Amino acid sequence: MTLVKDSPPATRRARSAAPAADKRRGRRENLAGYLFMSPWIAGFLLLTAGPMVASLYFAFTDYNLFNTPKWVGLDNFTKMFDDPRWQKSVAVTAKYVVIGTPLKLLLALGVALLLAQSRRGQAFYRAAFYAPSLIGASVSVAFVWRSIFSDNAIVDRAMSAVGIHAGGWVGNPDWILYSLVALTVWQFGAPMVIFLAGLKQVPRELYEAAELDGAGAFRKFWSITLPMISPVLFFNVLLETIHSFQIFGSAYVVSNTYCGPADATLVYTCYLYQQGFKNAQMGFASAMAWMLLLAVALVTAVLFWSQKKWVHYEEDAR
Amino acid sequence: MSATTTRPTATKPLPLNRRRTGSLAWHIGALLILAVILYPVLWVVGASFKPSKDIINSLQLFPGHPILANFKGLADGIADISIWTFFKNSLFYAGGAVVGILISCSLTAYAFAKIRFTGRNLLFSLMIGTLLLPYHVLLIPQYVMFQKLELINTYVPLLLGKYLATEAFFVFLMVQFMRNLPRELDEAARIDGCGHLRIYWSIVLPLCRPALITSAIFTFINAWNDFMGPLIYLNEPGKYTVSLGMMMFRDSDGVAANYGGLIAMSLVALLPVLLFFLAFQRYLIDGMATSGLKG
Repeated sequence: MTLVKDSPPATRRARSAAPAADKRRGRRENLAGYLFMSPWIAGFLLLTAGPMVASLYFAFTDYNLFNTPKWVGLDNFTKMFDDPRWQKSVAVTAKYVVIGTPLKLLLALGVALLLAQSRRGQAFYRAAFYAPSLIGASVSVAFVWRSIFSDNAIVDRAMSAVGIHAGGWVGNPDWILYSLVALTVWQFGAPMVIFLAGLKQVPRELYEAAELDGAGAFRKFWSITLPMISPVLFFNVLLETIHSFQIFGSAYVVSNTYCGPADATLVYTCYLYQQGFKNAQMGFASAMAWMLLLAVALVTAVLFWSQKKWVHYEEDAR
Repeated sequence: MSATTTRPTATKPLPLNRRRTGSLAWHIGALLILAVILYPVLWVVGASFKPSKDIINSLQLFPGHPILANFKGLADGIADISIWTFFKNSLFYAGGAVVGILISCSLTAYAFAKIRFTGRNLLFSLMIGTLLLPYHVLLIPQYVMFQKLELINTYVPLLLGKYLATEAFFVFLMVQFMRNLPRELDEAARIDGCGHLRIYWSIVLPLCRPALITSAIFTFINAWNDFMGPLIYLNEPGKYTVSLGMMMFRDSDGVAANYGGLIAMSLVALLPVLLFFLAFQRYLIDGMATSGLKG
């Protein structure tokens, strides 16, 4: 690490004109850069790049952790596509993502718009609404969720009061997934905080000018607010979507560890966990993981492609 | 915890009638959302003071006759293991993670923000790429690797990544912060002959305190809440974290009989996170907000 020391100022300034000295300086900067980066580089190779390659290889093998992986070509993939439980897990996850993420983001945006209107009390509400995002992934909250969505508990009684007799959501295959949707929507505070920060950056003058032109509240939202916060909206959509593809812990605990009933909460990672760590089907589970990666990559690519059409970046690059 | 801090607005006289009704509607709306948001948290507080048989069925948020039996039962431990063991394990995991993240991510961020080296932009793109990578692709090969190294049932698999800066979010957060520091400071230091290590340690790190605090608290909370990592890597009850201890509690002697104990444990497990939040909420929320703006 002593190598990163610079030469004394006088000599350095004198030499910096010469190309040879510039080169030496560049080399020293490179050395310093890679030394500082070395933990990350080691981590990237050992824990990210290496495992990705290994996982791709396992996906084409029959491997149970104790045998030597046996090459089976596309077998895992064909088995996977024919597997009704895999299909179910894709359907469950898709439903969870497609319903939960938009609801969560709509609520986050709606509440952010509400909070942005007043400065008084804003900090308090912002903090209170954000708190669920910190605890939402914990086992504790999953237990609480299981309790308040059980038979005869508050949610069931409230629904019965309006004539819907579903029993406890957690015991009902038609409803349990919605308790997980409710759990993710409950954590709307994290995207809300980001929306709120985005809303603060919209220049006041734009609204004043629009008001002079007689624009109503909706018009102002549609033509000023939405375009101005579109980069933040894009960021939230991207992150929340990718995130909700990977739900595991809450599904596992709320469903009492078996991702049921009737596979109703068999989210993708839950099935991956069962195949990999319960059935020791490491090859199959790796193939599943790569399909998840492809799905996430596809969604990311589509979002990035679509942003040209709806995301407005300001001209000045910071 | 509840509505007390929102009062001042109502007592302050407002100039216009219209503004008063608008502000009132605003507060009613906000309070309604607040009630729904806080309900599960208040529920777990109330339920942990109820007898087991009342927890699900009683609609009363707080019991008329609170009991301490649930908490007293916790002192006996779970399946002969003291709950302090679980807390100590969680604390070790979370504390170890914080130290690792602070060191490794700040070093990496310094290189990205302050050193001009060949390949910097390429590595930065790779780092951002890992931000979007689903962890599950790495899960199985990492498990295989740690199994071959005979490191299953230790904390190495859980902590190694933290010391090797694999949490791109924190690197990114710190890079953004360091880039916004006044350039004159480190230029002056360089002219005075300081090397990168000196600048990193004496100038950049102290100025980055807010970003470091944000990263530390998020890391602590994430590790404290982590469920999948311990579930996969730890298999001896004496090494379980709080999350796993609670799962074991659920599996052990008829939950129905000691539901109160489980709920009391849930509350106790939430407390460190809630306390951190109350103490440092500004750091957390500001850190969160900037991550979205500069993306």
